[in-house]
Amino acid sequence: MFKSEAASWFRIYEMFQFGSFHMYGIMGSALALGVIGVQIIKRKNIKPINGDEMSLKPKEKGVSRYLIGGIIFGLGWALSGACPGPMYVLAGAGYVSILIVIVGALLGTFLYGVIKDKLPH
Amino acid sequence: MNLIFEPWPWYVAGPLIALVMFVLLFLGKQFGMSSNLRTACSVMGAGKVSDFFKFDWKAQRWNLMIVLGAIIGGYIASNFMSDNIVLINPDVAQQLATDYNINSANQAYLPTEIFGLENFAEPKNILILLIGGLLVGFGARYAGGCTSGHAISGLSNLQVPSLIAVVGFFIGGLIMIHLIYPLIF
Repeated sequence: MFKSEAASWFRIYEMFQFGSFHMYGIMGSALALGVIGVQIIKRKNIKPINGDEMSLKPKEKGVSRYLIGGIIFGLGWALSGACPGPMYVLAGAGYVSILIVIVGALLGTFLYGVIKDKLPH
Repeated sequence: MNLIFEPWPWYVAGPLIALVMFVLLFLGKQFGMSSNLRTACSVMGAGKVSDFFKFDWKAQRWNLMIVLGAIIGGYIASNFMSDNIVLINPDVAQQLATDYNINSANQAYLPTEIFGLENFAEPKNILILLIGGLLVGFGARYAGGCTSGHAISGLSNLQVPSLIAVVGFFIGGLIMIHLIYPLIF
């Protein structure tokens, strides 16, 4: 994360300005390999080492929770320049102010838990 | 050994992320970085306030290990393998300086104007960071995943809900950058 600069606010800003292929390259290549790999797993029925089924369950159907939740997430992602993974990475790298973002994320998660039954899903 | 000090190009980073996803799948788990926020809330006792946090969080301890790994990774990468400067498209950097007075592009990993300790006490910066985090936490849980869970894992599994989520991520990001930033900065 850190070495690829995916944890950098500047790179996220640049991504939303379409200023560079870099972030799209990271996600696109991960995705390309991911799709191929998952197809191989499914066709050859590969199992994890503990013998159970692979954790490739289909997601619950729906639109509003994914769209609205996604938009809210995207707003935060662009504002703080970080999604959850990079938050922990930046904390390890010593950027103390990311702790405020992490506190915010915990609060946001908590808030969701409290009001979720009143939201459209 | 430039691989140690230079930033990693996308064709190294992307495949590595895919590798992490497959390692986790082979261990019977999934790749997702936001559900541990829910686990953390449960650990801190949020189960008393909402059923959402009443679950067997101990079974999710492996995911907390991943968080620890991410923290350690960030520590090692930043202190031993980086000059901590991110170079972006010069036009974008120029626009940041001209429109928003953010001059630290191409000089740092994060904008010091927002993240720098010297600006730590400024209420506006604290609000930006806090609200940014809040939106990420809330949105990730509402959408049931973040970029790793949806954009990488979900889309790799050809899940339509994940596609909707990713479309949402981008709509949100573009709205923030193009419509809301000019109002804040």
